[in-house]
Amino acid sequence: MPEDQEQVVGTDESAPTPTGGRDIQHGFGRVLVFVYGLFALSAGARATVQIATKFHVAPVAYLLSALAAAIYLAATVCLAVGGERARRIAVACFSVELAGVLAVGTASEIRPSAFPDATVWSGFGSGYGFVPLVLPVIGLWWLLRTPRS
Amino acid sequence: MPPRRQAAAATGVPPVSYGFAVPEFLRIATAAVALALAAFGFFTAWRGRPPVRAHLYGVAVLELFVLALVITTVVSWARGHRVHEPATLGGYLFAFLIVPPAGVGLARMEPTRWGSLIIGVAGLVEAVLVLRLQQLWSGSA
Repeated sequence: MPEDQEQVVGTDESAPTPTGGRDIQHGFGRVLVFVYGLFALSAGARATVQIATKFHVAPVAYLLSALAAAIYLAATVCLAVGGERARRIAVACFSVELAGVLAVGTASEIRPSAFPDATVWSGFGSGYGFVPLVLPVIGLWWLLRTPRS
Repeated sequence: MPPRRQAAAATGVPPVSYGFAVPEFLRIATAAVALALAAFGFFTAWRGRPPVRAHLYGVAVLELFVLALVITTVVSWARGHRVHEPATLGGYLFAFLIVPPAGVGLARMEPTRWGSLIIGVAGLVEAVLVLRLQQLWSGSA
C-alpha cells in the first residue's frame, strides 16, 4: 500500500455553499447519491421490464415498483443538486420511502397473496439485503442532522 | 458447471457446447477482486483518508475482470444459452459495467474519506452483482 497522504486524486471543485444552509451535497451525501442512483437505476429498469412484459401478473406490485423507482430517482436528483428546497423534497422522498417499505413490508407479510410478485419493498426489502429499509433512515439522519455551521 | 448440466439433463435437453463456457474461475476471480477493492475502500474510509491512485488502479483491474466476464457472458448468450429473463440479465450486465466507472467519477468529486467509502461500496455492489448474474444465468433466481 502506498503512502496515502501524498497522491490524493480528484478535486472538490465546488466549495460548500456559504449561505449558512445545510450542505447535503458533499461528504457523506455523495455516498448517498451513489447508492440512491444505483437503486433508482435498478428499480427503474426492473419496473420497466415488469410493466412492459407481464403487467397483468401483478399490476399493484409493479406499479409500486415504478413508484419506488420514481422516488429513488427524485431523491438522487435532490441529493445531487443540493440547496434548501431540494433538501425539503428529499426529506419528503425519504419519509414516503420509509412509510412505503414499512407498509408494503407489513402487507406482504400479512397477505402474501396480494403480492404475487416481489417489489423492492416486499418483505421490508429482504430481496435487496434490507437496504431499502435502512437507506431512508440513513437519508433522514443525513438531511435532518444538526447543521455544520 | 455441474448444476446447469444436471438441470439440462433433467429436462432432457442435451448440454450445448459453446466452444467455451463462462468460466467459473472468472466469476470467482471477479468477485475476489471486487471484495478486495471493497475492503481496501472501506479500510481507507475507516482511517479517514481520501482515495489515492491505488484505488483507481484497483477499480481499473476490477473493470478489466468485469469486461472479461461480460464479454464471455454475451458470447455464450449469443451462441444459444437460454436465459429466463433476458431483459433483466441485460440490465444487470449494464449495471455491472457502469458501477466501477460511476463510483470513480463520484469518488473523484469527493476527495475525502467519503470518496473512499464510495469506492468500497462500488466493490461491494460488484461482488453482489457477480452473484446475481450467476443466479440469472443459471435460472436459479
